[in-house]
Amino acid sequence: MTDLVADRWILDRPNSYIGRSVPRPNAPRLAEGRGTFVDDVELGRRTGHAAFVRSPHAHARIRSIDTEAARAAPGVIAVVTGRELAEIHDPWVGVLTHLEGLKSAPQYALPLDTATWQGEAVAAVVAESRAKAEDAAELVAIDWEVRPAVTDPATALDPDTTVIHESLGDNLAWRRNANFGDVEAAYAEADHVIEETFVFARHTGVCVEPRAILADFNPAEEQLTVWHNTQCPHMIQNILATHYRLDEHRVRVIARDVGGSFGIKVHTYADEIATAGLSILLKRPVKFVADRMESFVSDIHARDHRVRGTIAVRNDGAILAFEIDALTGIGPYSMYPRTSGIEANQIVNLMGGPYVFDHYRAQATVVFQNKNMMCQYRAVGHPIKCAVTEGLVDSAARATGLDPAELRRRNLRADDSYPCRSAQGLPFENLSHQESLAKLLEAMDYEALKAERDALRERGVHRGIGLASFIEVTNPSAMFYGVGGARISAQDGATMRLDARGNVFVATGATEQGQGMEAVISQVAATAVGVPPERLRIVTGDTDHTPYGGGTWASRAAGIGGEAVAQAGRALRQQILRAAAAMLQEEAANLDLRGGVVVDAATGAERIGLDEIGRICYYRPDTLPDGFQAELVATRHYVPRKYPFAFTNGAQASYLEVDVETGFITLIDHWCVEDCGTVINPLLVDEQIRGGIVQGLGGALFEECVYDRDGQMLNANMADYLVPMAAELPDMKCGHVESPTAESDLGAKGAGEAGTCGAPAAVMNALNDALAPLGAKPLTDMPFTPRKVLRALGRI
Amino acid sequence: MKPAPFAYVRAETLDDVFRVLDERGDGARVLAGGQSLVATLNMRLSAPEVLVDIGRVAGLAGIEDAGDTLRIGAMTRHVEVETSELAAAHTPLLASAMPHVAHPAIRNRGTFGGSIAFADPAAELPACAVALGARMTIAGRGGSRTVDADSFFRGLYETAVGPGEVLTAVEVPKIAAGWRSGFMELARRHGDYAIIGLAAHVQVDGGRFGGGRLVFFGAGDRPVSATRSAALLEGEAWSDALAARIADELKEELDPFEDLNADAAMRRHLAGVLVGRTLAPLAAG
Repeated sequence: MTDLVADRWILDRPNSYIGRSVPRPNAPRLAEGRGTFVDDVELGRRTGHAAFVRSPHAHARIRSIDTEAARAAPGVIAVVTGRELAEIHDPWVGVLTHLEGLKSAPQYALPLDTATWQGEAVAAVVAESRAKAEDAAELVAIDWEVRPAVTDPATALDPDTTVIHESLGDNLAWRRNANFGDVEAAYAEADHVIEETFVFARHTGVCVEPRAILADFNPAEEQLTVWHNTQCPHMIQNILATHYRLDEHRVRVIARDVGGSFGIKVHTYADEIATAGLSILLKRPVKFVADRMESFVSDIHARDHRVRGTIAVRNDGAILAFEIDALTGIGPYSMYPRTSGIEANQIVNLMGGPYVFDHYRAQATVVFQNKNMMCQYRAVGHPIKCAVTEGLVDSAARATGLDPAELRRRNLRADDSYPCRSAQGLPFENLSHQESLAKLLEAMDYEALKAERDALRERGVHRGIGLASFIEVTNPSAMFYGVGGARISAQDGATMRLDARGNVFVATGATEQGQGMEAVISQVAATAVGVPPERLRIVTGDTDHTPYGGGTWASRAAGIGGEAVAQAGRALRQQILRAAAAMLQEEAANLDLRGGVVVDAATGAERIGLDEIGRICYYRPDTLPDGFQAELVATRHYVPRKYPFAFTNGAQASYLEVDVETGFITLIDHWCVEDCGTVINPLLVDEQIRGGIVQGLGGALFEECVYDRDGQMLNANMADYLVPMAAELPDMKCGHVESPTAESDLGAKGAGEAGTCGAPAAVMNALNDALAPLGAKPLTDMPFTPRKVLRALGRI
Repeated sequence: MKPAPFAYVRAETLDDVFRVLDERGDGARVLAGGQSLVATLNMRLSAPEVLVDIGRVAGLAGIEDAGDTLRIGAMTRHVEVETSELAAAHTPLLASAMPHVAHPAIRNRGTFGGSIAFADPAAELPACAVALGARMTIAGRGGSRTVDADSFFRGLYETAVGPGEVLTAVEVPKIAAGWRSGFMELARRHGDYAIIGLAAHVQVDGGRFGGGRLVFFGAGDRPVSATRSAALLEGEAWSDALAARIADELKEELDPFEDLNADAAMRRHLAGVLVGRTLAPLAAG
């Protein structure tokens, strides 16, 4: 670990926009319906619309596909099978070398001979309209040979269970064991060794805009242009080029407005890759927009973990050890290129993260299933490791008789102990667990709330309070994916240019998903250069026009993309000041750029406007001194190098009421205090925290992809898959502690996932706090439905 | 999620409707507010040859004071019932049920008659119709006939509306002196179809119950009037013991289904909870 010293120049700039709730510059455009989502892009009447024939079976061999009737249907351009598409592309395998031993089978855009989950696209119909394509898709006749479906992770490795991919030998995708310290010795020393099993249902991210891609292959230029609502345009550019055997500069990926992503749109979906292939095959534009029904069976699912967790604690409250044994069933393949091993890996890496303890043992087992693919979704692994950790901490509180807040205070890492390493050896640069918890307890008035809860219990009203401390991975370096061989950019770039009227054009590798990235980029750019935000033009999401970058995932866009913008902005300011100095026959060091005007640095007196600098540099360079060439474009790149991640931390609390007769849970209040370092935009950070909490509450109370034993998803629609809705949600109060990272000048860490990380744990602990006086065993099986609550209470 | 191809006829008169129904038989579906039908079309759960839109047929919409009853036209939008002073004054059960019917956007388009004719066993309005003893007016080529709510709902999505016929209005008796209504449902999220719900319409006199109806939705293949349980009320004042007797009787009387949210045992249990919570305030006055 390195002691870093940051230069916080950007926080000291005059007229700084950092830390201000600047409204989103793109909000009016979206509010007026003038956004450009993929489905808004029209490429004319030659465009084909794709609909996919999806497997009705979880596991079945394709004996034959009869496409004759479909080809003859009105408006049909082509019907394409896996074997035809396989002639023009190479399959992929979703493994990373740093997840040692992870295996998966080659996956094609459409499978060659076997469907391995219900909903897998197995043939494509391209027609003049989506409706005609759907009509024809019903006419594709497939002769299926149904095979036994592997649907229970617990028996996936049994000798008599069908092996999904015979070439792999078994259904084990990956197993990781980790051992630090001496858990057995800790158990011997402890006064209490408590074991609980926690279950996390499969759920998914439901984006307002479904997945969509419009691919246009121009054979005359050998150029593939795709409009794609991806989170990472350069990654998709690389993948399309690699697997369709094109040079990378022959592929352009454009991601304009994106209607929510949450990690759903960061993956290589076979149907999207197939759509690009259809365009190449047919030499015409092909559009595919997933509908709501197919989204549920083809957008990645996540979580689906069963974790046996153990905590060892002394009577004085000292936590000595944690242990977990985690089992997860991913889909039939590991997702490409990020793999489906990361969620389990995160759990192993991050268990117990907020606390000081020396002994840790973990096993994670990842098995293949004949269900939809699983992969990274908002706060990968975090809600699981947090709920297991915090559930066990509450068990320890019950066993020792210590107040849950007091037990946490005694074990949370001290705020003056950084830098240091976790029990698993991960380095922490600068966290604030104690201060965050203190601020949380103050915000909720913990003691008064406990008194209220206790008084209400006397009157038969059953309320509970739950706490959860957490750490969160943000700003990942190349240690996340790059070291494992994934061609995913950890760095990000920004290019800034002064135009002839003195306005500033900003192109960034970070992408806008609806989260407000354009606002954050504009604040950083405006501050770094010294112009008001309205003089900026922000361009994102176009591999032809933005610097190479990773895009938006793992809470990296503000911290990494923002820092690149800060550095590019400062470089551009210095270039502008050199040009101004040449014009004014002044030392550049005596000048500054503030509010779009070059001023005397000492007095602030106005010297020359940016419009005048632009005019002279572009139209009258003849008037500049001999030998002076104005350079008014600056590009900078940034990647964290010293720490693998910028960990953030925080604490959440839930206050809820359980209706013991109906099993219904009413969320009354929710608090979150989090520390994402420098807060660039308090409004947007709070929106991220609240939105994240909502998705965490969804997993805790509502969301579950329900499968039957044959691998059929039973609730693949918006009526039966319960996303959390406003009426059921509590007020959410956000607070912040700011411990900036010294890896960057900006000091910003990520804020996009902290809400999702801690909310399920807080709700679980609050629920069990409410149920405990009623003699119910702790509920640890999410989502906590009325049925589960009634059963725990013995009412049914 | 594009529907299979279908033809569309905008009817101007009921005769237009009958003509299409006669010509196309089972291939024709009547389109009212479309809030259930269009979703099933888009999901390709149904693929009629032709939709007959009754939105422009005169005389099908509106709430009318017809003496002892309110006559609610089949094309009356939910929102009109929800905000109707007549409904609030004379059919408090409907008024209290309306906010639970889906969401405001759906209530702006969806129709009272559509909900009754669709006969979803988990929907609020069929249960209210049974509880209040409403009468359905069904029109056909040969004229109109009236069917009691009890015999209107015949099973899962099945009603007394025959081939070539259309539901045109529902006659809902006004609440009589000494009668009280209560409505409650348990839905995972507000606006969802309820796990189970209760429409209660009972006579209360001097703190004692007279006759009345306890009609459950989400409890069977149609609205379920728990007559044996309701009979336990007669002549009784409200008490915990009475609540327990009714809850026990409901466990015998109800034969609910299992779905993702609840099994039969849970629905029976919740039915007892609903009765307690709905009737206690009615008894209190």
